Amino acid sequence: MNLELTDEQTFLRDAARDALSRVKTVAAAREALEDPAALPDLWLTACEAGWTGLLVSEDNGGAGLSAFDAMLVMTEAGRVLAGVELLGHLPASSLLDAAGDERVGAVAEGELRACFVPARPPGDLDEHWTVEPPSGSVRMAAPVLGTGTRLSGSVAWVPDAPGAGVFVVVATSASDGAPVAVAVDGADASVERAVRYDATRSLGHVHFDGAPATVLEDVTAEDLRRAWFLGQALLAAESLGAVETALSVSVAYAKERFTFGRAIGSYQAVKHSLVEVLRLRENTYALMLYAGWAYEDKPDEFALAASAARSSGGHALDYASRAMISVHGGIGATWEHDAPLFFRRAQLSRRLLGGVGDATDRVAGELLSAA
Amino acid sequence: MDLNDTREQVNYRARVRAWLEEHRHEAPAEQGEEDPAYIEARRAWQGKLAAAGLAGVTWPVELGGQGLGPIEHVIVGQEIIRAGVPNILDVIGVGMLGPTIIAHGSDEQKSRYLGPMLHGDEVWCQLFSEPAAGSDLAAVQARAVPQDDGSWRLSGQKVWTTAAHFAAYGLLLARTDADVPKHKGLTMFIVPMNADGITIRGLRQISGEAEFNEVFFDDVRLDADAVVGGVGNGWGTALTTLMFERLTIGLGSESFGYKAERYAAAIATDAHARIDPEVRRRLGELSVELLAVKFTGYRMLSALQQGQIPGPEAGLAKVTTVRSAIQGGDLIADVLGPDALHEESEWAYMISYLPGLKSAGGTEEILRNTIGERVLGLPPEPRLDKGVPFSELRAKERAGVAAT
Repeated sequence: MNLELTDEQTFLRDAARDALSRVKTVAAAREALEDPAALPDLWLTACEAGWTGLLVSEDNGGAGLSAFDAMLVMTEAGRVLAGVELLGHLPASSLLDAAGDERVGAVAEGELRACFVPARPPGDLDEHWTVEPPSGSVRMAAPVLGTGTRLSGSVAWVPDAPGAGVFVVVATSASDGAPVAVAVDGADASVERAVRYDATRSLGHVHFDGAPATVLEDVTAEDLRRAWFLGQALLAAESLGAVETALSVSVAYAKERFTFGRAIGSYQAVKHSLVEVLRLRENTYALMLYAGWAYEDKPDEFALAASAARSSGGHALDYASRAMISVHGGIGATWEHDAPLFFRRAQLSRRLLGGVGDATDRVAGELLSAA
Repeated sequence: MDLNDTREQVNYRARVRAWLEEHRHEAPAEQGEEDPAYIEARRAWQGKLAAAGLAGVTWPVELGGQGLGPIEHVIVGQEIIRAGVPNILDVIGVGMLGPTIIAHGSDEQKSRYLGPMLHGDEVWCQLFSEPAAGSDLAAVQARAVPQDDGSWRLSGQKVWTTAAHFAAYGLLLARTDADVPKHKGLTMFIVPMNADGITIRGLRQISGEAEFNEVFFDDVRLDADAVVGGVGNGWGTALTTLMFERLTIGLGSESFGYKAERYAAAIATDAHARIDPEVRRRLGELSVELLAVKFTGYRMLSALQQGQIPGPEAGLAKVTTVRSAIQGGDLIADVLGPDALHEESEWAYMISYLPGLKSAGGTEEILRNTIGERVLGLPPEPRLDKGVPFSELRAKERAGVAAT
């Protein structure tokens, strides 16, 4: 057993931190709330760093790295609120890789940006593949693949959909309702850009109206399950990075801000709250290790591990971003401070891809099914 | 990153499993009444485990151990759980007190005490906490006074002492100099539990069971060679014990029995509860934390294997375990209703046990202070006892109360 990062992983992490530090991503997150054009395009950074091909096998032109490696990169992106379109791209790239699709080389290079259009797999209480609705709590049926391999249906709040070159969609077959993976050219889908609360998060409602689709033949239902939970794990890892920034910024302020003649970090009320952030951070990292290990070696537990990581990461960021505001006092609730940007990140992230509550329910469902 | 056993570990696990398979019929029940016959059976079983090399796995070979690493220690623990047999009786001795004697004891102490400890011939107890010295352990008041012939006279009271009523020896932290600041005037002693002047009383807890004791010392004579680690060095010696306590708890976390699967199994049998969104949310949230504890344990193990010593942050896993286990007990009782609170129920026992566990090994609040200061580097609480001779502290405390 060795849970330390390998030299390669340390290099990957440090290189990601370095590459992202060259762009003022946090300042851009604030400016973009009023001027979407202020958002830097980090796709070139992702291509140059090789993140686009992280999960594509070497045979298909990728780096053939692990899900855990991808999570390390997501953590670095989350640390500085960088909007890199990997949450959509990475699960899609791994499915194109599994299918040996002809586009996979271009996807690995990043010349073609892929976007995963996810559907939540059945659980112990729901036998259907469902997708996010535009509003409300009733989930919708996944897009349907009809005759002539034409795809129809809509999926709301798809991460990184705007501008994607190819969509990898979880659909169900019109004939027997079985899940099927299909690829649709970007030009054949209609994408409605949807910005909510966190300007760094590129989201879109994706509509398919009899769009020509390619069936990804070798992709199994199990692969589609894995892709959904990979999204959960990546989002957890991204949240972890934001938690770490919230913690370090809050700790630094608690040391330098004095009230009643003492640094505020010496007060138990403040100290205990920051230790709670640390506790949630440690828990999330431990579960990220679990998810990374399960993805490679314990596929039966990946749904449980990734859902647990997502639940933990969501709660951690929720708590950390609120603590960041409280520790800074009134200034933490102003536009000038970075704390509201982490708070905005927490608020939106928590509700994406089924939401944190759904991931928590999945943890219960997986354990109850196994009992 | 790799969570899997290496080939050597696979082989080691197989050997351990084979031995346990062959000898499991010789083992007593995993749990039993603490009567002399059961204790005797557990001591004998510890002797068999020790003879087979399944106790003191990380102890040096020359002191009777196996000289192996923390991973092998955990493998043995996992295989013992798997075999459904009890582990060694004297976890505190072999896990914490023995390593303290190995680190600080004299050669005579090592050769006299370690062998019988390892084999269960002599069980040990830890005599640190007092009614007024728990989280603030350096405030101990038990006094050991040096005599002209080099011996000592000990008076005072200890509490929360596991196994005191059947222990042969105890490792005791006493004040030997009250005229210096509190951390400086302490000394560690080996105390024979059958000495004249020792009174042991069971301490009943919420469940009604007495799993701990109070121990009273009334002018107990200790030989000069009872001192461990030098006179006045008791605090440093105690820190070694506490470090091994963190290790023992951290590496043994899986054996606490507060596992997500256990709570899930209890709910899975209730057709209504298992589909109730509120029950599922609560089960999910506490399970997330307990799963995190499991992998935090692996992280700690991995760090140990790389030669790192776990810091105070390891205590967060205990905070999480207790919190989540409390939530689990509440959830199960909410689902089962009053029947969960039957005195014989495992859930009633769990519900009764956890409020005390929250403070065991230091209260959660003090743990959060320590982690905030030592891990996050936050400034400490102002302290009124720094540099003050212990003998003046009480007067200072009283003056502080009077002034408010």
